[in-house]
Amino acid sequence: MATELLTQYLPIVVFLGLAVGMAVLMIAASYLVGKQNPYGEKDSAYECGFPPFGDARAKFDVRFYLVSILFIIFDLEIAFLFPWAVSLGKIGVFGFWSMVTFLGVLTVGFIYEWRKGALDWE
Amino acid sequence: MLEQFLHIAAVAAFLKEYPFIATYVVPVAWIVVKILALILPLLIIMAYLTYAERKVLAAIQLRQGPMMVGPYGLLQAFADGIKLFSKETIIPSGADKTLFIIAPMITFALSLVAWAVIPVGGGLVLANINVGMLYLFAISSLGVYGIIVAGWASNSRYAFLGGLRSAAQMISYEVSMGFVIVAVMLATGSLNMTEIVTVHRPLWVTALLFPMFVIYVISALAETNRPPFDLPEGESELVGGYNVEYSAMTFALFFLGEYLNMILLSGVATILFLGGWLPPFGIHALAVVPGVLWFVLKVCFILFVFLWARGTLPRYRYDQLMRLGWKVFLPFTLVWVVIVAGALLYNHALPGQTLSGM
Repeated sequence: MATELLTQYLPIVVFLGLAVGMAVLMIAASYLVGKQNPYGEKDSAYECGFPPFGDARAKFDVRFYLVSILFIIFDLEIAFLFPWAVSLGKIGVFGFWSMVTFLGVLTVGFIYEWRKGALDWE
Repeated sequence: MLEQFLHIAAVAAFLKEYPFIATYVVPVAWIVVKILALILPLLIIMAYLTYAERKVLAAIQLRQGPMMVGPYGLLQAFADGIKLFSKETIIPSGADKTLFIIAPMITFALSLVAWAVIPVGGGLVLANINVGMLYLFAISSLGVYGIIVAGWASNSRYAFLGGLRSAAQMISYEVSMGFVIVAVMLATGSLNMTEIVTVHRPLWVTALLFPMFVIYVISALAETNRPPFDLPEGESELVGGYNVEYSAMTFALFFLGEYLNMILLSGVATILFLGGWLPPFGIHALAVVPGVLWFVLKVCFILFVFLWARGTLPRYRYDQLMRLGWKVFLPFTLVWVVIVAGALLYNHALPGQTLSGM
């Protein structure tokens, strides 16, 4: 049984290998076929014709962090919802109201974030 | 097909002599053949999607579109491909070279691998795993990496900002997409892609899921960075976004990946909402047309909506985009999942619902 389950995934592994192989091959072949003529100015970062000031990986807006934190919360929630959704027919009314309570708690947090302005971009 | 081939006397005798080949090499070779049978039509459809996009846009803008390469410009996509292939691969001197090369490969490989669980016809699926939808969700989540790695590795301000924006946008819309998928799972009771198509769905359930279909298509536009949500590569502000430093095949792989993702998300929409390879509206007489063809036609319909949106709608502003994702779609889908669950539960329409659960 266990091996049968694993062989179901074999095509995915082969596919992954093939896809990565194709990607590597395409880039390598293009690199060999195309005429390569690098020099300093061509290889500098694209920026209005001026040499860029300092490193591009500078500080950035804290809101991006906020979005990713919010994403983790809601994505985990969805991960909880998947098995619940598939088995709701078996767990019935009790399962339904348990999940409504859980979502209610999350909604309270969501309303708090909304009122705090964490979802605003100006 | 494989069985018939293996029963040819000479082949059978050969395989008996070398059991290693019989147990390992032949199955894997057969899988590779099936994968190629999937990839090659896919890449051709992708090439003609770029052509269709230019033709549709041209028609909307009262232009001709590509018409010089081959009859009606039909070979334009291949000419572009050969051009990109023969260009110089520029690697910026300030870039993290390894990651810079790996990023497009991630995007491309992931957009291909996701197709492993898509049933393009009855039984025509590479890996009929029972958690197909979960697998797809996982792969599409990983898609962010290609873009954010590209933005970071380029060491260019435009690319960096484009990568950040893109990542924030993709994860924002993934949340509402997740809720949409959960709503469909409620109606089908399975994560297996084939079962999602074949499970009987009453008309009122289809009607109940229709708003989710609309949200799914809009989220798909945002997920693939398509107009009107193409802010990561908003030409007027970020030049080219995360792929500004890319050239030749490294750029082509991003391009391929983006279009393959478009086709993929259209395929998933077809499976979740439009009945996959089954004939439309449940008309049995239409089953004379092969299921694969129905699947392709339905995918093409959604793809046309993608192109139509590009030709019609102006680009969103970034705050509008975030407002739509977090303040409109997220609350709506959250409430709608509860409504769908409640409606199915109290109408005894859940798949596998037992009365003891009441």
